Amino acid sequence: MTYLIQQSLNALQLGSVYALIALGYTMVYGVLTMINFAHGDFFMVGAFLCFLSVARLHLPFVPTLLISMAGVALLAVAVEVSAYRPLRKAPRVSAIITALGVGIFLEHFTLALSPYPLHIPPAFENVTWNAGGLAVSSLQVVTVLLSVGLMAALQFVVARTPLGIAMRAVSWDRDTASLLGVPVNRVISATFAIGGALGGAAGMLYALSYPVIDPYMGVLVGWKAFISAVVGGIGDIRGAMLGGYILAAVEIAVAVALPSTYRDFVAFSLLIVLLIFRPYGIFGRPRPQKL
Amino acid sequence: MSAGQALLEVRDLAVSYGGIQAVKGISLEVRQGEIVALVGANGAGKTSTLRAISGLLPYSGEIRHEGTLLRGLPPHRIAARGIAHVPEGRGIFANLTVDENLKLSAWPCRSRAARDRGTERVFALFPRLKERLGQPSGTLSGGEQQMLALGRALMSGAGLLLLDEPSMGLSPLLVKEILAMLTDINRQGVTILLVEQNANMALRMASRGYVFGSGQLELSGTGQELLGDPRVRKAYLGA
Repeated sequence: MTYLIQQSLNALQLGSVYALIALGYTMVYGVLTMINFAHGDFFMVGAFLCFLSVARLHLPFVPTLLISMAGVALLAVAVEVSAYRPLRKAPRVSAIITALGVGIFLEHFTLALSPYPLHIPPAFENVTWNAGGLAVSSLQVVTVLLSVGLMAALQFVVARTPLGIAMRAVSWDRDTASLLGVPVNRVISATFAIGGALGGAAGMLYALSYPVIDPYMGVLVGWKAFISAVVGGIGDIRGAMLGGYILAAVEIAVAVALPSTYRDFVAFSLLIVLLIFRPYGIFGRPRPQKL
Repeated sequence: MSAGQALLEVRDLAVSYGGIQAVKGISLEVRQGEIVALVGANGAGKTSTLRAISGLLPYSGEIRHEGTLLRGLPPHRIAARGIAHVPEGRGIFANLTVDENLKLSAWPCRSRAARDRGTERVFALFPRLKERLGQPSGTLSGGEQQMLALGRALMSGAGLLLLDEPSMGLSPLLVKEILAMLTDINRQGVTILLVEQNANMALRMASRGYVFGSGQLELSGTGQELLGDPRVRKAYLGA
């Protein structure tokens, strides 16, 4: 029982990171029906900004968090404006190729700057509490609480603020939203900024938990988060969160029950099966045809 | 702005998209306080004309609003000038509540006071919307959706409404109701440019009308003149 709780905690920690990244995929898909394949690399940049802040600038946790979030938000907006916006009316495939290209560019730009894996020193003193055979680290608590807090803030923004209403309107019908005076380009940029900030936070939390980072770390984690978003129902915010935790739970369950090399193979097989039965994901629905 | 001066002026407008020239050089004007109807067959370029005016389609020619050229302005800027376009099919955001649909179009309003004025006015015109505020707008009836689309367009205090087929998909009774509302709105000082398939109905309420035929203007005149014109009667009124 203790063991089960312990593993659930680990799943919550990993799932929080997947969920934060998955939100970036799902939000961009929501407003543009485009998969931003560079998003996993945005997450990687967040991890490197965390390194820069903690190891080079010797800043504590909160400034580091702000640097990672703001830095990746700016990067996401810059990519949107310079690379994606000019292709908004181009064939879908062009946008996909551009996104892949941006991702490879970010990986190799980072590689050029930092060719060796980096080790990140702790951003704060990581205390581990032991109780009844259960070990909980302060880093775990911070990761889960911060992620849940960010997701609650996002839910609030999307459900209650003018920006959130505009984002949902743009996702439904961009042209009509613009006719009502909604500055569509600014709303799309804001969506990238928010998704980027969440990805930056995820990069930092991941880097503090698994403190060796390299320029390709965003590839596999990014795919997993993307898959989380699809499992939850791409375009649906609750779905992205739930999908992240589901994927983490499945991964950890497999790692517990089977040899660890089976982890991704079994986890992804289960997800494929889930998609066969729910092709739009858990919360996704086929879009009603517009008149 | 003095009465009678052109609020909206379109000169030699040509619109092409997808390799088709939908509008081939038309000129028209809408004066302050008028209801102007654009009638004509399906595909004659009426909708493209509206979409060019509100900045959704690129065009050649000139479009002026209150004397200012609109070319190059993005749609949201044109909306902020007080031109509200209710698109064909109403453009309701079914994923938003009625309240959110209304709030959305208050985006260009700078002040809370202006927003509150807009809300009050819309509820006075369409009391039924007030009862449905929290409801997802996808669950509204067709007539209610049309009211929401009109109410939403009026929220920002627009002085010029561009309406694309407001009668589409509504029962004859509802069409009458909506038309009465449009007349009301017009009496409150809102100028209306109306695109309609139902030429008879549109020309009856319009001060002036333009008849479109495959991208060009065939006729123009007052509503009464056009209703009485044998060519119009033959082509569009089935008489």
